[in-house]
Amino acid sequence: MPSPKLSAPLEQGGTPTTSPAKAFADVTASDSTLRRFLHGLPGVDAVGLEARAASLGTRSIKTTAKAYAIDLAISMVDLTTLEGADTPGKVRALGAKAVHPDPTDRTSPTTAAVCVYPDMVAVAKEAVAGSGVKVASVATAFPAGRAALGVKLADVRDAVAAGADEIDMVIDRGAFLAGDYLKVYDEITAVKEACGTSARLKVIFETGELSTYDNIRRASWLGMMAGADFIKTSTGKVAVNATPANTLLMLEAVRDFRAQTGVQVGVKPAGGIRTTKDAVKFLVLVNETAGQDWLDNHWFRFGASSLLNDLLMQRQKLATGRYSGPDYVTVD
Amino acid sequence: MGSLFEYAPAPESRAVVDIAPSYGLFIDGEFTDSADGKVFKTVSPATEEVLSEVAQAGEADVDRAVKAARKAFASWSALPGAERAKYLFRIARIIQERSRELAVLETLDNGKPIKETRDADLPLVAAHFFYYAGWADKLDHAGFGADPAPLGVAGQVIPWNFPLLMLAWKIAPALATGNTVVLKPAETTPLSALFFADICRQAGLPKGVVNILPGYGDAGAALVGHPDVNKVAFTGSTAVGKEIARTVAGTSKKLTLELGGKGANIVFDDAPIDQAVEGIVTGIFFNQGQVCCAGSRLLVQESIQDELLDALKRRLSTLRLGDPLDKNTDIGAINSAEQLARITELADKGEAEGAERWSPACEIPSSGYWFAPTLFTNVTQAHTIARDEIFGPVLSVLSFRTPDEAVAKANNTQYGLSAGIWTEKGSRILAVANKLRAGVVWSNTFNKFDPTSPFGGYKESGFGREGGRHGLEAYLDV
Repeated sequence: MPSPKLSAPLEQGGTPTTSPAKAFADVTASDSTLRRFLHGLPGVDAVGLEARAASLGTRSIKTTAKAYAIDLAISMVDLTTLEGADTPGKVRALGAKAVHPDPTDRTSPTTAAVCVYPDMVAVAKEAVAGSGVKVASVATAFPAGRAALGVKLADVRDAVAAGADEIDMVIDRGAFLAGDYLKVYDEITAVKEACGTSARLKVIFETGELSTYDNIRRASWLGMMAGADFIKTSTGKVAVNATPANTLLMLEAVRDFRAQTGVQVGVKPAGGIRTTKDAVKFLVLVNETAGQDWLDNHWFRFGASSLLNDLLMQRQKLATGRYSGPDYVTVD
Repeated sequence: MGSLFEYAPAPESRAVVDIAPSYGLFIDGEFTDSADGKVFKTVSPATEEVLSEVAQAGEADVDRAVKAARKAFASWSALPGAERAKYLFRIARIIQERSRELAVLETLDNGKPIKETRDADLPLVAAHFFYYAGWADKLDHAGFGADPAPLGVAGQVIPWNFPLLMLAWKIAPALATGNTVVLKPAETTPLSALFFADICRQAGLPKGVVNILPGYGDAGAALVGHPDVNKVAFTGSTAVGKEIARTVAGTSKKLTLELGGKGANIVFDDAPIDQAVEGIVTGIFFNQGQVCCAGSRLLVQESIQDELLDALKRRLSTLRLGDPLDKNTDIGAINSAEQLARITELADKGEAEGAERWSPACEIPSSGYWFAPTLFTNVTQAHTIARDEIFGPVLSVLSFRTPDEAVAKANNTQYGLSAGIWTEKGSRILAVANKLRAGVVWSNTFNKFDPTSPFGGYKESGFGREGGRHGLEAYLDV
């Protein structure tokens, strides 16, 4: 992998002997060493990347494989409401749905989490209490990320104090595009620290704004070196969100990162994944790129709200042999 | 919930194709028995199941077919280009309409995965007919002078690795330029050519313009040697190509040969690694490596050799070998028992000469002809597997230190059909590509085909070009 080399690359699945921050201390020592490292990562050929993502999309998933994929996908959904108009009632409804996604079939798995704004964390926490469903919160001046670091950190602490299990932070895309990588790195490490030991950190790159695949690979490594538990494509608030290609690229990054450091990092595509067919394609990408170790909701998530209903309708179809309709699943 | 994501089998239905128990030769617009009544069987390489019995052409049949083609030539060549184009467009559209049927048929008869016949072969077959249909009324503007004339009767012999695609490469330009055709498909894969004969009838193509003669090498030799054939086009092995060149030498016949290859796929240290790995896989495992322009020699810069090989081995472990009709299959069956024996022999030789052999764990079906994807490391220019064309899923890995060394090693072969360059540096792509003695040089991709792009070789890979404007020249008196 890229230079400078770490002293002792670990076998896949090995236990890291040191934290990424320590392992990459040389890399993050200064702006120039960090830039050299990130720009030394292997390039990405856009045509080839997209062709690979498309060819994996043609895998045919049927019968038992489909049933497995649907349940897996449901268990990976971060059921999300991120609207200015969110109310406690809306969040409670969402929480109830996360716990029992299908009112007609209680064998359905729960979703992985509900994802809300920081001020709704306490409500969400109560709504999913005892179910195992996590509460994720988009802190750090979501979705623009345009606020002072102190404000962002306060946002995070607030959410963590209210009981958030996971923090979804946005990076400062302006700083990244300006080449100010160290600033982005420092912000992520500060947020990671504010998460403490109780909350896992998802770092959102807003790949649509980073615009090139090379940038997405650099951002992925930057995030992982700074201690991200998850790397996430996007906020869902811009034109281009999760795509098979950018998710494939991030899966390659987490795979390579673990091969080199022993640290496993999760991946979360978010925004624009609406159908079961799409979700299954993403699972194929996971299976054939990062591998089976990533095929559970501790390591892979879907940031989506409308996806869940399609998954449930497909699940009902497999169970009954007939398509039901939108009235047989709940509106949020 | 299970712990593994096992894809359920998803075989394409065979019901879309109706294979008759027996087929005749296609001469002068009719299916007919061979003069001596001989037949042979064609089998599915994945299961060894007999698919059909096919009439076997002999010398007398070749003579009949050439006569039919000669008779048809007078009126076909006199048609305005726009009229010939109509027939070609019609054929192209019928191929599109019947593409699922033809894809399944080709997979059954050849053993290659359905995702290749469906997503690569058939779209390209239709595209070639569309492309040359477009040229038929514009030959005056093709750069070969005003009103270039067709040659006459074209005798065409094609291989078994892309049965229908090679047919399209040969027949489409021949018809567009006003020639008539006698084509001999390979003995292991005659079916799609016979279905094509049916498509010619469906399109109302005048009798005798296209004649199809399934048969063995003797029929091919008779066709190539027939005194009333004006043009010979051959795709296949270098040994047979040399034989044909001897036969044709001294006659007025025009000849194009598209023969073997031992393509170098050169990966520089600044390459997009993940995409290079995909390109290496496409380069050598596409159609089980039974591709004349396969990237069968991987030349990797020493500084990234270990990293690249690790990534490649990891990737090969995800390849799925098995039922070619299953949509999830990446690697299908080897075309015939003979070919499997040849691949096995050469791979064993590689091991005996000291190269290190590696294959991913993969289950081999109990019937049919199969060969696991195989990687040889510690290969040098002196090894047989670095020099001889294996025509199977076997990759030889060599290393280099400088661009000059890469070029020298890439060119150090008796072949010269294809090469690949992987680097993020545009100037290096151009510099290296100019020095490679290969008919096709792909950069940051491999095994991409397009009807507009000429294809052909240097040295023992043959001469003449197929595809593109250049492909017209082989069928025109210029």
